[in-house]
Amino acid sequence: MKSGFTIRKYQSFFRLRFVMGLQYRAAALAGITTQFAWGFLAIMAFSAFYETDPAAFPMSFQDTVTYIWLQQAFLALFNTWMLENEIFDTISGGNIAYELCRPIRIYNMWIARSLANRFSRAVLRCLPILIVAFLVPAPYRMVLPPDVPTFLLFVLSAVLGTSVATAFCMIVYGLTFFTISPQGVRILFASLVDFLAGGIIPIPFMPDGVRRVMELLPFASMQNAPLRIFTGSLSAQETARMLGLQFFWLIALVLIGSSLCRVAERKACIQGG
Amino acid sequence: MKNPFSEKPIRSTKKTSALKLWMRYVGINVRCAMQYKMSFFMMVLGQFFVSFSVFLGIYFMFQRFHSVKGYSYNEVLLCYATILMEFSLAEMTARGFDSFSSMVRTGSFDQVLVRPRNEVLQVLGSKFELTRIGRMLQALLMFVYAIPRCGVDWNFAKAVTLLFMLIGGTALFSGIFMIYAAFCFFTLEGLEFMNVFTDGAKEHGKYPIDVYGKKMLLFGTFFVPYALVQYYPLCYVIGKSDNPLYIFLPLLAILFLIPSYLFWRFGVRRYCSSGS
Repeated sequence: MKSGFTIRKYQSFFRLRFVMGLQYRAAALAGITTQFAWGFLAIMAFSAFYETDPAAFPMSFQDTVTYIWLQQAFLALFNTWMLENEIFDTISGGNIAYELCRPIRIYNMWIARSLANRFSRAVLRCLPILIVAFLVPAPYRMVLPPDVPTFLLFVLSAVLGTSVATAFCMIVYGLTFFTISPQGVRILFASLVDFLAGGIIPIPFMPDGVRRVMELLPFASMQNAPLRIFTGSLSAQETARMLGLQFFWLIALVLIGSSLCRVAERKACIQGG
Repeated sequence: MKNPFSEKPIRSTKKTSALKLWMRYVGINVRCAMQYKMSFFMMVLGQFFVSFSVFLGIYFMFQRFHSVKGYSYNEVLLCYATILMEFSLAEMTARGFDSFSSMVRTGSFDQVLVRPRNEVLQVLGSKFELTRIGRMLQALLMFVYAIPRCGVDWNFAKAVTLLFMLIGGTALFSGIFMIYAAFCFFTLEGLEFMNVFTDGAKEHGKYPIDVYGKKMLLFGTFFVPYALVQYYPLCYVIGKSDNPLYIFLPLLAILFLIPSYLFWRFGVRRYCSSGS
């Protein structure tokens, strides 16, 4: 009874945020235009590299194109830099005091709303980008996964990837309790993490030694895993390893984040007046 | 007690020159930022890493490919350093335009309009983002690395071309920021798609524009003149072309400020206050 009630609380937080996120349609339209242009330019650059030296390409050109289109379509799910200003304002402005009064765990509530935000953003933005990605002429067209199991594995990996990214953001929020200067911490994390996650160039394009280390880090468990599983060119063993790492990092980051939040809650010093 | 940071007030009844006034604005902004030193240094460091990760992307791509469309690693670095420097200079000085939407929304643009000075000057003065020196440092390091290594036989004309590129590019990006701000008069919100022309150009401008194909080159020549501050003069500098006309093309990009300013004026005339 009690636990059912607890889950329901967070479910309604999720629903509330999700519906709220769906309201921002003009913002989504602008985002789609940006992401489409971004994806197009990235693909053109990769195609120039491909023309220069096709033999040096670590993935097939098709897979690279698909990776980039998917990355742009689901940007909202996996990125770690779209942090919520509202949460930072709550912490630095002192409104956190109200949140602490509620009979809920801050960590769980924030996770629920972050996930909702990500999903609502992705729902609004992914379709138009995917449609265009399937309509553009041949070498730049996105390809479908080869079979249904691959697609299901992609869905599983995408859910895990979103959760890992969210869990990572929670650690950033937790750290903000101690620094009160969200901007700096944020931008520092954002750029490095984006690189390590394969946001600038896909991880397979890194030199071998660097790549091997990067694939073990939690950041590779965000967008790298689902986007590469999608095309179905990974072996079963590699796919299993990636999914296993995703599970591992999800648990690890949630443990770190929730204990950080617990310490922060206890030590929180309310700043606002 | 005397405040060591206070400046002498301007007592003269004569109108201070625009430049002097702007310098005062800058001084105020910088002192303001220095009140939060830790935050400032974190931001500088953050800005540095934002562009550093793009650099790492280039570095690792060239570890694998060695060249792209005939451009070597060092030539691409030179290209990225120029565009990054241009963009950062523009963003540092014209940041007021970049965050102009909040000025329109809160109604503080009304204050600007009732003051007896040019509104462009005041908006420019409203923000001066010194933290962008983090990015400039990155650009500077790339210049120091790439200039002696890119195989260019440096002479006076080529050095001047590089200087013109920086001037023209800064003007071009400032113009784009001004258009971005002018849109706020009609939409109240900043339009996110404009990011393609600012951040997008900074990020994808790391490669000479013809890497993206012929159509992009045409777009960058006649629509938003990126190629005038990037591709053509770069071709002259690295010796792909010896057309002396290319030296002066970056200065042509300054003309982009004219339509930007006209659009801004048009917006100001249509402005109706939204704040409370």
